Amino acid sequence: MSSLILAAADTVSGNLATIGYGLAVLGPGIGLGILIGKTVEGMARQPEVAGQLRTTMFIGIGFVEVLGLLGLITGFLFT
Amino acid sequence: MLPLSSGGGFTPPTIQDFFPEPILFSGTWFEFDRIQLVRMLMALFLVGVFVIAARRAKLVPGRFQAAIEWILDFVRTAVAEDILGKENAKKYLTLLTTLFVAILGFNLTGVIPFLNIAGTSRIGLPLILALWVYVMYIGAGIKKHGVGGFLKGSLFPAGVPAFLYVLLAPVEFLQVFVLRPVTLALRLTANMIAGHLMLVLCFGATEFFLVQEAFPAMKVFGALTFVSALVMTLFEIFVAALQAYIFVVLTAVYISLSIADEH
Repeated sequence: MSSLILAAADTVSGNLATIGYGLAVLGPGIGLGILIGKTVEGMARQPEVAGQLRTTMFIGIGFVEVLGLLGLITGFLFT
Repeated sequence: MLPLSSGGGFTPPTIQDFFPEPILFSGTWFEFDRIQLVRMLMALFLVGVFVIAARRAKLVPGRFQAAIEWILDFVRTAVAEDILGKENAKKYLTLLTTLFVAILGFNLTGVIPFLNIAGTSRIGLPLILALWVYVMYIGAGIKKHGVGGFLKGSLFPAGVPAFLYVLLAPVEFLQVFVLRPVTLALRLTANMIAGHLMLVLCFGATEFFLVQEAFPAMKVFGALTFVSALVMTLFEIFVAALQAYIFVVLTAVYISLSIADEH
């Protein structure tokens, strides 16, 4: 059994950071989805505050997006 | 900037793309490489455009002047007056407009043919801009409320039970004095790095499939990656504008948080 795993490990090459980045974008992805979806919902309910909602959404996007990008740069830093 | 084909197969882009060989003053403190050249060209271009626009300003704007005025008006109405309010907007309009135009210009060099790298894709330039913002929003807060008032307003937000300040004050301190400028700079840089890598990947794959790959059926993938490269280029133009917008919006928000009156 253990030799099987070792054999499998021998054939798989590459960097774990790739998987790490895949995991790192999951959270921000969900976050952006909720954020933008809710903003659209708000705009549909109250079109007159669309401008304000859009600005607030972009501020929020800025905060959420930086998390995903942190995953990207740590991939470069710690390899 | 494309991975050079020396018959060695496909070479994916690396982080080394952002640290090219110096072309002047190698080994000294004033090392001058491709990215700095691109930055300098873009800075000259921006100064040139605005000098020309200011010299030829007419009451009835032509097409060129209308475009410049549209950008300036966008920053004034959609960012400054929207977030800071009419009176405060005037004071910080210079800062916001300079930031927006500079970041937009330096971001767009990433998609301009033959320049092909964003001036903001190495941390130095975004860091300087973020430090400028840092000094401006802390300075604005101190000027309005004094040192004690500013610290009290930003570290001990009103309307929170007193015992929570033990938790809240350190977090707010970290937020105001460390995380804000760092995330401003990092967000911009990382976006540009990611964009550049993605573009190089698409164009590099196109070159690999169309030029190096001998098997004809694989050319289909080349066409696919070429189309996706064009789409990515359009997306990068969008990201360049979006990042410039987010940077100035956050700057305006930080300034407005600093000068906000306590309730």
